Amino acid sequence: MDLNRLLSGIDIAADWVGLRHVDERATVRWVRDGHPQDNERNRSCGLMVEVLAEGQFAYAATADLSPASVQQAAEQALRLARDAAPHAVHAFTESARPPARGRYRSSFIKGEEALSAGDLNDLLIRASEALKVSKDVVSSTAFALIVQSDQRFVSSNGSDVEQRFFIVSSDYSAVAQRGSLVQKRTDCGMRGKTWQIGMEVFDEPAILDRCRRIGEQAVELLSAEECPTGSLDLILAPDQMMLQIHESVGHPLEIDRILGDERNYAGSSFVRVQDFGQLRYGSERMNITFDPTVEHELASYAFDDGGLEARREYLIRDGILLRGLGGRESQIRSGVPGVANFRACDWNRAPIDRMANINLEPGDSSLQDLIGQVERGVYMESNRSWSIDDYRNKFQFGCEYARLIENGRLTRTLRNPNYRGISRDFWNSLKDVGNRASFEVYGTPNCGKGEPNQVIRVGHASPPCLFEKVEVFGGEH
Amino acid sequence: MSTDWNARLEQLAEGLFAGLEASEQLALSLSAEDSQFIRFNNARIRQTGRVADGRLELRLIDGRRHCASHLTLSGVIAKDRELAADELIRLRNEVRQLPEDPYAVAPVGGQRSDSRHSGHSLPVDTAASRLIAPMQGADVTGLYQGGRIWRGHANSAGSRHAFVTDTHAVDYSVIDEEERMVKGCFAGSRWDDAAWAADVADARRQLALLDRPRKNIPPGRYRCYIAPAGVSDLLGMFSWHGLSEADMQTGESAFLRMREEGVRLSPKFSLAEDFGSGLAPRFNGVGEVAPERLELIREGQLVNTLVSSRSAREFGVASNFADDGEYLRAPVMATGDLAEADILRVLDTGVYLSNLHYLNWSDTSGGRITGMTRYACFWVEKGDIVGPIDNMRFDDSVYHIFGDRLEAVTREARVNPEVGTYHQRSLGATVCPGVLLSGFELTL
Repeated sequence: MDLNRLLSGIDIAADWVGLRHVDERATVRWVRDGHPQDNERNRSCGLMVEVLAEGQFAYAATADLSPASVQQAAEQALRLARDAAPHAVHAFTESARPPARGRYRSSFIKGEEALSAGDLNDLLIRASEALKVSKDVVSSTAFALIVQSDQRFVSSNGSDVEQRFFIVSSDYSAVAQRGSLVQKRTDCGMRGKTWQIGMEVFDEPAILDRCRRIGEQAVELLSAEECPTGSLDLILAPDQMMLQIHESVGHPLEIDRILGDERNYAGSSFVRVQDFGQLRYGSERMNITFDPTVEHELASYAFDDGGLEARREYLIRDGILLRGLGGRESQIRSGVPGVANFRACDWNRAPIDRMANINLEPGDSSLQDLIGQVERGVYMESNRSWSIDDYRNKFQFGCEYARLIENGRLTRTLRNPNYRGISRDFWNSLKDVGNRASFEVYGTPNCGKGEPNQVIRVGHASPPCLFEKVEVFGGEH
Repeated sequence: MSTDWNARLEQLAEGLFAGLEASEQLALSLSAEDSQFIRFNNARIRQTGRVADGRLELRLIDGRRHCASHLTLSGVIAKDRELAADELIRLRNEVRQLPEDPYAVAPVGGQRSDSRHSGHSLPVDTAASRLIAPMQGADVTGLYQGGRIWRGHANSAGSRHAFVTDTHAVDYSVIDEEERMVKGCFAGSRWDDAAWAADVADARRQLALLDRPRKNIPPGRYRCYIAPAGVSDLLGMFSWHGLSEADMQTGESAFLRMREEGVRLSPKFSLAEDFGSGLAPRFNGVGEVAPERLELIREGQLVNTLVSSRSAREFGVASNFADDGEYLRAPVMATGDLAEADILRVLDTGVYLSNLHYLNWSDTSGGRITGMTRYACFWVEKGDIVGPIDNMRFDDSVYHIFGDRLEAVTREARVNPEVGTYHQRSLGATVCPGVLLSGFELTL
C-alpha cells in the first residue's frame, strides 16, 4: 500500500490532511495448570484520516483502504471539522502537526519465527508445572504476548514517519491456598516484564528457575505474618516503583488532564499550569525523565503520532517540576513546555497526551545501603492493587510480597502489604534512591485513559527507593 | 460506512464453512460499529470523529485442539473473503502444532436468535452544534457516542445469532468554579434535543445544590448512603475475581468464603443475571444462549456462579453458558423497601455518596475493595444536607457492604448504561438500587 499515493489522491478543501496507518499483530499464548487456555492472534489494521479545517481537527477511521473510501473518509472528517469549528476548544493551525521524516525499529535478536507455536506452548506448560512446587499451589499460569506493530504517518505538510515495534510480554503466576487463605505471586506484577525485545526472553532454564521461586514465594506467603500497621519506613522495589511513578507522577503531569480534557473520565490533576518551573514535587533526590531512547524499554520511539520528534527530557529535577507530559497540541493550548507524547492506541482512536517511558533516575546507594538505613520498616515488591483519586492525590497501593526490616536487616516475610499516602507528601518523603546497578526497566501494556477509551503501552524504569514514615497496613485475615 | 455487518457475516460464513475439513469446526463471532465520537471540554469541542470498524473472530476447533484469530474487516466483500480464507489456513497450520486441551468446547448447533433495536442518534454532520447548544454558560465536559452496533455469531454446527442496536450516550460532568462536579449520563436509542437540554438543565440544578461550604470529615466509619451509580461500580467488581466459576476453583475469587465457609451476605441482597431488558445479546462466543434469568446470590446466599462450558468440563459442574471470562453481562440487583424520599431521613447523620471512582480489590481473598468517592457527595446531619465533602478514600469489604452493614435497599432501581469504549463501544447496563449502610470505612 502506497500511503503517499493515497494522500495525494485526496481532493478536499482542508488546511491540512494526515493519514496514520496501523497494522498490528498481537499473539497471546496462555497456559493454566498445564493446559492451553488461549492461542489467539489479534490483527488490527486500518487507517485514520485526519483533517484540519477552520482551526478544528477531525477524523474518520476506516479499514477500507481503497482510494474511494479514503476520499469519502476525508470528506466526512472535513464535514465534522466544519460543524465543530465554531465551538472549538482551540483554533489550531498546521503548526500542531510539525513536518517529520524518519523511521524507528525496535531492537531485538530473535523474531517471532524463532519459536514455533507448539514449542512456545510446550515451554509454557513446563513453566506452569514448575510453578507447582507443592500441593498448596492450586493454580498456575504461564503467559506470553508477542506484538509486531507497523505504523506509518504521512501528511500534506511533508511528514513521512515509519515505525516498527516488536514487543514481548511474559508472566508466570502461582496461586497458593489453604482453606480460604489465598496468596498469589507473579513475575513482578502488572505484566511488568513487557519490553521491546525479541523471543530471546524465552530462555527456558532461566524461566523455570524463576517459576520455582515464584511458586515457593506464593507458598511462603501462606505462613507469613500480616504486614504490620503503622507509620513506617518503606523501601519499594523497582517493580513497585513502576506503579508508583505511573500513578503519582506520570498521570498528574499529563497536560490534557491539567487542561481539563479528562475531568469526566480519568480525572484532573493537583498540578496547575503555573506550577511548572517552580513546584517542589518531591525531595531533592527525585529526578524524573521522559526518555524514549532507552533500548528495550516498552515505550521507546522516534516520533509521536502528531509527528513530534521524541527526545529525552527532565520532567522533575532535584525535586522541582520543570516540564509536563503534553504533545504539541497541549503545549500550544497551555504554554507549558512538554514532550513528544501525543499517542493513539490504534488506527481507530485519535492521539491524546499519554505517558511513554517515565523513569526515575538512579542515585548512589545500593539496595543494601537503603536497607541499612532503616531501623524498622517494610520492603515491598510487585504490585497487586492500585487506586488513586481523580486529582492524583490520595493513593492506596498493595503489593504481593514484603519483608520486615529490623535494625538494618531484612527479616520476616510479610503478606498482604499495602500502603497509602498523598502524592506530593509521599515524594517529599523520598529519603534515598538506589544506584545504577539496582536500576531495573519494566513496562505495562495496560494503561487506560481517554474518551473514547484507549489502552496504551508505557515503560517505567527505576532503582529501589526509600521513603520515610509511610502509612502501611495488612489484609483482612 | 454503511455495511450491513450481519449480512456480511453470513456471506463470509458460507465460504469458510464450505472449506472445512472433516475434523474441523469453526465458530465466527462478529463485532462491529459505525460510531461517532465527540469529546468536549468546558462546553467546547475538543475532538470529533467517526469510526467504522468491523471485527471477526475465527475460532477453529480440531478435535481437542483449538486456536483463534481476530481480524479487522474492510467491509469490501471480496477482500474480506480472501482475508478470512487466508486466516483459516494460518489457523489450520497452527492448530496442528498445539497441545491438546482436554476441556476444549466445540460450537453448539441448533441455536438461533435475531434481535434488532432500531433508533436514531444525532445526525452525524450537525451533531457537534446540536450537542453543544444546551451547555452554554456552563462548564460541561465529557463524551458523546452514537451510532449502530452489531454483534453476530455463526458456527459450522449450524447456530446463527444476530444483534443490532442503534444507541447513543452522553457521559458528562457539569463543573463549577470550585471544581465541584455532578455526573450525568444521557443514554437511549432515539435522540431528542429537548430531552437532552432538560437533562443538562437538571444536572446544572443539582450542581447548584453543591454551592455550600465544604464539610471536612476525618477518616473513620460512617453511616452511609451509596446511590445506584456507586452501587453499579461496586457490582462491577463482581465481574473481576468475583462470581466466575474458574476464579472460585483457582482460588482467585473474592467470594470464595461464601463457598468454602458458607459465609452469607445480607438477606436484603440479591443479584441475578437478567437479559430481559434486551440491552445485551444473550449468545456467547460458541453460540450458546444464556438463560434469560439466572439467580446468583439469593437473599445473601450464593446460589450460582457464572459457568462457561469450558469451566463446566474442567470442574465437573453444569454450564450456564457464560461467555469466556465468566463476567456479568446483564446484572440486576433486587430492590428493597427504602423510599427515595426517605433516604436522608433514614440516613440521619452520615455521608451521601453519589458516585465512586477507581475501584480495586485491596485484599481479594478478604473481599476488600478500595476506591474513591467522587462527584456529588455530601455530609448529612439529622436528615439535612450540610455540605459537600472532599473526595475520600474508602477501603471496606463486600462482606460488610452487602453483608452485615447493609441496613436498607431502595425501592427504586436505576439503569446504569455501560458507556465504556475500550476497543469498541460497550453494550448492556447494570440495573440496581441504592444502598444504606450502617457503617462504611473512609480511610484517607
